Amino acid sequence: MSSYQQPDASGHFGPYGGSFVSETLTHAILELREAYARYQHDPAFLAEFHYELKHFVGRPSPVYHAARTSREMGGAQIYLKREDLNHTGAHKINNVIGQAMLAKRMGKPRVIAETGAGQHGVATATICARYGLECVVYMGSEDVKRQSPNVYRMKLLGASVVPVESGSKTLKDALNEAMRDWVANVDNTFYIIGTVAGPHPYPMMVRDFQSVIGKECLEQMPPMLAEQKVLGQQPDVVIACVGGGSNAMGIFHPYIPYEKTRLIGVEAAGEGLETGKHSASLQKGSAGVLHGNRTFILQDDNGQITETHSISAGLDYPGVGPEHAWLQEVGRAEYVGITDKEALEAFHYLCRTEGIIPALESSHAVAYAMKLAKTMHPDQSILVNLSGRGDKDIGTVADLSGEDFYDRPSMRGLSVKGAAGDTKP
Amino acid sequence: MSRIQTTFEQLKAQGRKALIPYVTAGFPFADITPALMHGMVEAGADVIELGVPFSDPMADGPVIQKAGEKALGLGIGMVQVLDHVREFRKRNTTTPVVLMGYANPVERYDQKHGTGAFVRDASAAGVDGVLIVDYPPEECEAFAASLREHGMDLIFLLAPTSTDERMAQVARVASGYVYYVSLKGVTGSGALDTAAVEQMLPRIRKHVDIPVGVGFGIRDAATAQAIGKVADAVVIGSRIIQLIEDQEHAKVVPLTVDFLRGVRKALDA
Repeated sequence: MSSYQQPDASGHFGPYGGSFVSETLTHAILELREAYARYQHDPAFLAEFHYELKHFVGRPSPVYHAARTSREMGGAQIYLKREDLNHTGAHKINNVIGQAMLAKRMGKPRVIAETGAGQHGVATATICARYGLECVVYMGSEDVKRQSPNVYRMKLLGASVVPVESGSKTLKDALNEAMRDWVANVDNTFYIIGTVAGPHPYPMMVRDFQSVIGKECLEQMPPMLAEQKVLGQQPDVVIACVGGGSNAMGIFHPYIPYEKTRLIGVEAAGEGLETGKHSASLQKGSAGVLHGNRTFILQDDNGQITETHSISAGLDYPGVGPEHAWLQEVGRAEYVGITDKEALEAFHYLCRTEGIIPALESSHAVAYAMKLAKTMHPDQSILVNLSGRGDKDIGTVADLSGEDFYDRPSMRGLSVKGAAGDTKP
Repeated sequence: MSRIQTTFEQLKAQGRKALIPYVTAGFPFADITPALMHGMVEAGADVIELGVPFSDPMADGPVIQKAGEKALGLGIGMVQVLDHVREFRKRNTTTPVVLMGYANPVERYDQKHGTGAFVRDASAAGVDGVLIVDYPPEECEAFAASLREHGMDLIFLLAPTSTDERMAQVARVASGYVYYVSLKGVTGSGALDTAAVEQMLPRIRKHVDIPVGVGFGIRDAATAQAIGKVADAVVIGSRIIQLIEDQEHAKVVPLTVDFLRGVRKALDA
């Protein structure tokens, strides 16, 4: 894998990726490809990007040794890459800065985005506020209910939030709606996609912007491991949660040439991989074309996209970035599942043991790391991408725990997917 | 010569423009499509575009999306759509039928029934052409070759944002006719700018030597007439869907026939 060069010039990762868009979007896609090709290696562009990451986002984010957790698991040392400490609370901001910088250079005054858990929407609204761009965020109405604190944050930042009522009312429908907006407003609008999916160049471009995560880890891990007298220069395993898969690609990509490091993506197994109520596209899906790229998707025998389930709005997506499909096919990365219940347990565990409230998305990665650590030795190491913080999820968690909490959606008379009665916590 | 080509040549000889209605298969009733297709022909349709419902129709507006959702709810998949065409062909062997839809149901059909199964079965059912909204020329070479082998046409969209280079690229693989999306936006949206369409067509014809149809935004006889003056064909979709979406079973065909007769008359005037 030392010569890993993906995607090819037309955006294909083996049979995956590509650009499956209507002619009505082709021009916008080609324009974006050209712009990204121009700035991708431009020193001034990259200098500004890194300046923003340092001074606005607060990078580099630290790597933290979860010593108590590691001790209690009695196995491998667990390290957390603290993307939750970024401004706006998740890794999403890294990518959004890069794309908003492109929007400015392309002279597009209006930005649209789609969001599931709201982290990408908040990041986009934040950057638009900072750069003076008009911002419209599409969000499934189901997710608007689950993630009301983030909806309000976006509004505070000056964005318009459009609830999408079609289909399953979650991320995939918000994506469809954003694409439609783009078709109608291509002249003045830049579409900031939040994950490593969509037509080329998005999967590559988002990965490139997010790769800052893994690049920092490559430098941070050797001294950390040396300090703990752990074997090797780099971790034995890198683990990240995978919905669309941007935080995972961000930490995996720089590690691809380090073949001794196992890369493990954790999908949302929801109520169980065998129940049909999950979002595990790579484990339970098959190849297909959705949202502008060929990848693994959850579909029925007629090629219709099926409804997904996860306790975490950010993982509740029936597709996955095409590069993950490719990494799975060539065996460079493995993909596993963690159920709602396991993720929730890990959420509470990390709160109590490390004083960190993780996003429900990231809790999936933490849960798998805790399982895997027990099968490893104390002189081995696992690096977990803690992609975001869990502030946005406390209403959902309170509902699941039956706790009184002023912002519980159920207290606003709403019934929420993934909440008590829907699943058994 | 394909049925589509024959149709356009006959129309040209008569100095007439093609009327191409679109309807989502299995909408608004699962069993109504063959009868609706016959009714459309009776009202003066020259080619029928039959929509294959898809759960995530990114290029369509809310009207056609809703129609697709309803058809999906009635159990309409590719197998049923091909059944509709087969049924239609029992009494009509001349009117071209074009399937319009998205890549995933087509690819899934091949996954389930074997490589090349879709083109083979569609051809056998009597389908003449295919328009896959999210298959740009550069992603569908094998599919295009397979269609050619079966004498079927591959129809492409062109948009107001299409560059000359792009038109030339589409022209290299397109057959039957091309479909110019007359406005920026999804199906059924906005008002049509006839003058803009008029300006665009000569540009398209510089690259494309097959007939050019215009669609997205044609809602009545008057706009159809205006577009018919400059294009070879007018495509009407969302308006028909709207017309029949809340109708009782017995009224669906007569209402569509009435509406299309009006359009036909204006187009021939």
